[in-house]
Amino acid sequence: MKTNHTLEQLAKQSGEWLRGSGPESDIVISSRIRLARNLADFPFIRKCTDHDRAAVERVIREQVVDSAALHDVLYVDVNGLESVDRQFLVERQLISRELAESKGARSVAIDCHEKFSLMTNEEDHLRLQLMKSGLDLAGAWQQISDIDDLIESRVNYAYHEKLGYLTACPTNVGTGMRVSVMLHLPALVMTQQIDKVFRGLQKISLAVRGLYGEGSRATGDFYQISNQITLGRSEEDLMRQVGDVVPVLIEYERQARDFLVRESQRDLHDRVSRAYGILRTAQTISSEETMHLLSSVRMGVNLGLIDDLEIPTINQLFIHTQPAHLQKIRGLELDTEDRNIERALYLKRHLRDRPSRDSDGVN
Amino acid sequence: MKCQLCEKPAAFHITELTGEEIQELHLCEDHARQYLSQGEAGKSPTAPALVPIVSTPGSVGHTAEELSRLDQQACPICGITFFEFRNIGRLGCPHDYECFANELEPLIVSIHGETKHVGKTPKRATRRTKVETELIRLRRDMKDAVAGEDYEKASEIRDLIRRLQETKTAEADPKASDPATSDPTASDTTASDPPAT
Ligand SMILES: [Zn+2]
Ligand SMILES: [Zn+2]
Repeated sequence: MKTNHTLEQLAKQSGEWLRGSGPESDIVISSRIRLARNLADFPFIRKCTDHDRAAVERVIREQVVDSAALHDVLYVDVNGLESVDRQFLVERQLISRELAESKGARSVAIDCHEKFSLMTNEEDHLRLQLMKSGLDLAGAWQQISDIDDLIESRVNYAYHEKLGYLTACPTNVGTGMRVSVMLHLPALVMTQQIDKVFRGLQKISLAVRGLYGEGSRATGDFYQISNQITLGRSEEDLMRQVGDVVPVLIEYERQARDFLVRESQRDLHDRVSRAYGILRTAQTISSEETMHLLSSVRMGVNLGLIDDLEIPTINQLFIHTQPAHLQKIRGLELDTEDRNIERALYLKRHLRDRPSRDSDGVN
Repeated sequence: MKCQLCEKPAAFHITELTGEEIQELHLCEDHARQYLSQGEAGKSPTAPALVPIVSTPGSVGHTAEELSRLDQQACPICGITFFEFRNIGRLGCPHDYECFANELEPLIVSIHGETKHVGKTPKRATRRTKVETELIRLRRDMKDAVAGEDYEKASEIRDLIRRLQETKTAEADPKASDPATSDPTASDTTASDPPAT
C-alpha cells in the first residue's frame, strides 16, 4: 500500500529516530538492526544480469510492496532518481551509499515514520533496516523480525541448513544481522579517552566506526558500535553482545562529562556558548564546522548549560544542514559556496529566529 | 590535511576498527566514497577487512600450485571462479557455499569463529532449493543461447523454465488460489523470452 508521500515531504519532516526521546537518548541517538536476505532463485548481485536485477526488483515490488504486506510505504525507484535525491536518502540514513552509487534496477521502500526501510539490489537482494530512537534493540528486533516473516511468506529466501541465511559476502552469513547503536560521545573525545575505549571494544569483536559526513575526525562525535560476527550466535546473543557494552559506554561518557564539569566548568561553558553563538550568527559555514559546533551545543543542552533549545531540534539540524538536505529544502541546486551561505541562514532561522519559549531574548 | 591517496584536501576522517588496531583514514570525498562503498557504507565495518583475508594466497593453508588449481574451479550454476571471488570478495550465487565449501570454511572460521548457524530459520520449508538453483543455471544458459543466436535452444530452455516454475507453484502452497502466495517469479517468464532481434 502506498501513500502520497514524496521525497519533498520527507525533507520537511523529521525521522522517528531523531525524536531524541528513547531510553538514554542524551547519549544514545539510535538503535538499528539490519538483516541481509537473498532470493533463492537468482544469482547474487555481482552475477546478476541487468535482466536478473530487473526481475528481482519486480518480484519485490509485486509480491511484497504492492501486496499490502507493508503498510504505508513510499516506494522509490532509486535508479530513476537524480543524484541529489539519492544523496538525500543517504544523509537520511534510509539507504546506504552503496545503493545510492551502484547501477541498474534498485529501489527502496520506506515507511512513513522512517523507522523501516527495505533496500532492493544492494549488496544483497534485500536489506531490511529498522531504526529506533534511543536504546531499544529488543523493540527493533521484534518489529524487523515480523516484517522479515511477512516477506518470507511471499518469496523464497536463500537459506542453508548449516550456514543459515546465505549472503553475497561471507562476513554476513548466518543471521545476516548487523546490530548497531549510534552514540554521541563528545566528552570522551574531549578528554582523549575515545581511542582507549575503542581498543577495549575491539577485543570483544565489536566494530566501532566514526560517523562520516562532510565532517572532521570529530564528525559531530558520533560513533557507531556494531557486531562483527553474524554466524554461530543467535540474534538475541548478538543484540546482547552489543547491548551489554552500551551502558558501559554511557557510564564512561557520563564520567567524562562530570569530570569536565568539575575540573573545567568555565572552559566548558565558554566552549559551548561560543559554539552556540557562532551557529546563530555565522554568515557562511561549512558542514564540517556545523557538525563540530552542534556537537558542543548538544552536550551543552544535556548538561543544562543551554536552556532554550531542545535535543530533537539539534538532532534534526545535524541532518538538515547536510548538503543534499539543504538543496531539497531550498528546492535548488547549490554549489559549495552557496550551500555554506544557505546553511548559515538555515541555522539562524532555527536557532535564533524561532519562536522562543522563554523570552529571555537570544538577541 | 591532504587525502592519503591523492592531492585533494581530506574531507572525510574515518576511524576503522577492524584489523589488529585502530586505523585512521583521511580521504578526499571521491576516495572516501570509493572506500566506503567497498563495504556497506557505514553498516558493515567488516567488509573492507575481508579483502586482505581473502586475497592473501596461502592464508588458508594451500600451496601456490593448489591455489591456482582451486582458483580455476568454477561454480556450475553462476560460473564464478574462486579466483574471482578472492578478488572481489563477493560470491556469485547461493550454490557457491556448496561448491566452494572446502575453500570457504577456513575463511568463515576466521571471520566468525564458528561454522554453524544458530538462530532464526525461515518458517517455510526450504526443500525446493534444488529447483531454485536449477532456475539460476537455466536462465544463464538461456542468455548464452540468445547471445549465440541459438534461438531454438533458447526457446527450449524457456519452456523448461516455465515447467519448473509451474511445478514450483503447484507444490509451493496448497492455497495457491491466494494471489499473495503464488510463485513470485511467475511473471518473470515473459520477460525472460528471447528477444525477437
Ligand atoms: Zn583522494
Ligand atoms: Zn555460483
